[in-house]
Amino acid sequence: MNISSSLKIKQGCSNVPILKEKGQNEVFCGLTGIIWLHRKIQDAFFLVVGSRTCAHLLQSAAGVMIFAEPRFGTAILEEKDLAGMADAQDELDLQVEKLLERRPEIKQLFLVGSCPSEVIKLDLSKAAERLTLKYAPNVRVLSYSGSGIETTFTQGEDACLASIVPTLENTPSEELILVGALPDIVEDQFLSILKNFGITNVSSFPSRTKNNAPKVGKNVKFILSQPFLGDTCEALEKRGAHHIKAPFPFGEEGTTMWLQAIAQEFNVSQDKFEEVTNGPRNRALKALEKIKNKLSGKSVFFFPDSQLEIPLARFLVRECGMEALEVSSPYINKKIVLSDMEMLPQGPVISEGQDVDLQIERCKSQKPDLTICGMGLANPLEAEGLATKWSIELVFSPVHGYEQAGDLASLFYRPLKRREVLQI
Amino acid sequence: MKLSVWTYEGPPHVGAMRVVTAMKNTHYVLHAPQGDTYADLLFTMIERKNARPPVTYTTFKARDLGSDTSEIFKKACKDAYDRFKPQALVVGASCTAELIQDDPGGLAEALNLSVPTIPLELPSYQRKENYGASETFYQIIRKLVKSSSKTENLSCNILGPASLGFRHRDDIIEIEKILSGMGIEINLIAPLGASPEDIQNKTAKAHFNVMLYPEIAETACRYLEKEFNQPYTKTIPIGIGATKAFIKEISDTFGLQKTNNNIETLRADWWSKSIDSTYFTGKRVYVFGDATHVKSSVKIANEEMGFEVVGLGCYNREFARDIRALGKELDLESLITEDYLEVEAEIQRLQPELILGTQMERHIGKRLGIPCAVISAPFHVQDHPARYSPQVGWEGANVIFDTWVHPLVMGLEEHLLHMFREDFEFNDNAGPSHLGGHSNMELNSNMKKTEPKYTIEEIIWEKDAELELKKIPFFVRGKARRNTETFAKDKGLSSISTETLYEAKAHYAR
Repeated sequence: MNISSSLKIKQGCSNVPILKEKGQNEVFCGLTGIIWLHRKIQDAFFLVVGSRTCAHLLQSAAGVMIFAEPRFGTAILEEKDLAGMADAQDELDLQVEKLLERRPEIKQLFLVGSCPSEVIKLDLSKAAERLTLKYAPNVRVLSYSGSGIETTFTQGEDACLASIVPTLENTPSEELILVGALPDIVEDQFLSILKNFGITNVSSFPSRTKNNAPKVGKNVKFILSQPFLGDTCEALEKRGAHHIKAPFPFGEEGTTMWLQAIAQEFNVSQDKFEEVTNGPRNRALKALEKIKNKLSGKSVFFFPDSQLEIPLARFLVRECGMEALEVSSPYINKKIVLSDMEMLPQGPVISEGQDVDLQIERCKSQKPDLTICGMGLANPLEAEGLATKWSIELVFSPVHGYEQAGDLASLFYRPLKRREVLQI
Repeated sequence: MKLSVWTYEGPPHVGAMRVVTAMKNTHYVLHAPQGDTYADLLFTMIERKNARPPVTYTTFKARDLGSDTSEIFKKACKDAYDRFKPQALVVGASCTAELIQDDPGGLAEALNLSVPTIPLELPSYQRKENYGASETFYQIIRKLVKSSSKTENLSCNILGPASLGFRHRDDIIEIEKILSGMGIEINLIAPLGASPEDIQNKTAKAHFNVMLYPEIAETACRYLEKEFNQPYTKTIPIGIGATKAFIKEISDTFGLQKTNNNIETLRADWWSKSIDSTYFTGKRVYVFGDATHVKSSVKIANEEMGFEVVGLGCYNREFARDIRALGKELDLESLITEDYLEVEAEIQRLQPELILGTQMERHIGKRLGIPCAVISAPFHVQDHPARYSPQVGWEGANVIFDTWVHPLVMGLEEHLLHMFREDFEFNDNAGPSHLGGHSNMELNSNMKKTEPKYTIEEIIWEKDAELELKKIPFFVRGKARRNTETFAKDKGLSSISTETLYEAKAHYAR
């Protein structure tokens, strides 16, 4: 099997001109990442320093998880903080003190900047340094910005991970880091495959607790499992680590190439690779076979949301036989999604950023069989007769890797199937 | 700075969105950073709206702050006007844009659009969602309403219903039935379903206003009373007694004779008198929500269901005075807070048998194993049912009866629990089937954990008394424990025997 030769597409999308529009962006801000990050990092608390709007956003996006007292909250800025009547830094210290008293199990505290805290230039990195000194060694305090003026949706995870990188310990040994918050089940599947390759010293980033954090150094190699981690990638490179470039592990093909890229770096033999991956690969192909003919020939239109759009379009076009009409991403970092772009056959409009009104017009005029969009747009488009898939589910659900390849395709088929089933 | 985990109300601009989205041919240009568009999903997902809310956000970014964000606002305004052709344009800022002080009102004015522009100044760092809705509705009324002669026949406006309002959609149908039965014409309903032109030309024609939700309409009603000589109704017709009082209030004001008001659709009164409902008598109830629904619910609970309200509170400070006064009347302390942890602590302390609350209290109830019926916003997808389920008027009273009774152990079921409490499967540990047996096992262990906190320290339960207490069905055990301890404390006892338990029972007999 020679993957690299079979996958070169003469007419990939890497050099097509990108449509860039300016207008209303209908996307979440980076604060939203807290919703999955706080599930993943189990000893962390995320304290947003912001407004009632920030609190309301988190609550609206995470409303269903209300059952437990969550490990996130908002320190809501009030008039007196803005008017300078109260020193916002002192106020913050007070809130943190109350919080840590109430939640002694917290080992990492993230102070998360918001639009208002950025606009009034509240220095959270200074606060984090001060509070780290105060609460060491029990609690480490870090800061990052999840503000909408700087980050879009999944970039919040990028900013969070990038803020952890400088705290990682050094190591001289050869290690591998999987970078990106994956559902535990997916993470464990990947770790098991890598173990079977014979690669030892594999760690995940972010780690589930502070004590299991990966180490970094000149002999450390890392691979991204999510395409939105550009800043984290740079931060790790700055620490001397080597970035393993690959398409993202969606579908059978994507997963194989992603694992192959790791295997090559760690000198895993082709025999070994096939021995380990053949089982799950065949399962993935079998699962996809069942659903492929349902999606094949159908057209798809991506609104910008999570930066997963290009890799997912590559999966839908190449592995499910769909036709992409427009593939839109809030931000395209070519360094990171280059392989996926090279593999995505030319045809769709590739767009970055958004003028939502113009984009809706294009979408309606093209009448795609399936539209991938955010929750603010989905019902209105359904009401106009378009089948939609809300994109946030692609970020929350286990969709990476071989065992989830069929599930991933099913997520896209479900809205179409529902239309076939309903007789009303 | 105040730490908030879950909040009852959103920011004021969300209140403004609730008013604008309820209206027709109105557009709201909101100066706001990228990300604030999350608010759209409140309408498209929770309310299942089939169209985008009529809101344009400027979604400025950090790099725009250095250049000219006011240009971005002007362009968004102009584009929105051209694209959506509204009859009126509402403009304002969200919390972040408030800080950069671009003056959306002035910028919009300078565009000289051919339709009225209504600037909103909503202080995001002081006020909240209900204020935003109320102020927006008032500004729209103030800017648009033109004077006019009154209609020939007696007519009214129904003011207050908005998007994301707790059952507003159905309440207006129910209130219309009652009013038309009384021979009163409905001149205008606003903001829900009204266009700026309707508000401009029709509002002043009505003889009076029905203030359906003071949280949204009171400021506007006061203005209309002062400027256009339109009195407004003060009674909120939620509950049987309140609906009767509402009808009387209008009849007295306008000298109406006995009218047909469709009371034959009321069943809740007989349902409450029928013997299965005997078991509601004196059930301890805690009430928390928005002030209007809390006030109505307290009255219904005490007077129409025969419950005993043991605590109350509201999250909207604007109405704190009313709720405190009501608490005083009932000899209860009122809790005015937006911190759900305080509400949880209060519920734990009071150990009610039923909570009438918001979705937040429903979750608190789940944790504590106490049933809860939802009476008020914040709006949740479950509060927007497909079926007709108003809160006001006669049908509202029927709906409320059903909604509050369903989470409870019903009369006959409670009776059987008493009879068979030693039975191996139908015992109190099994709990009421509809609440899930397991949740009650959890509840029992939960209560063991939490109860001592509220046990009066110096009083010891003797072993026999403790065993006797366990024989009492779980859903009244918390109350029995509390009553006995209070009784013992009042008597100056240091320990509780079986005898003390039964003396206390006799003391508190109802």
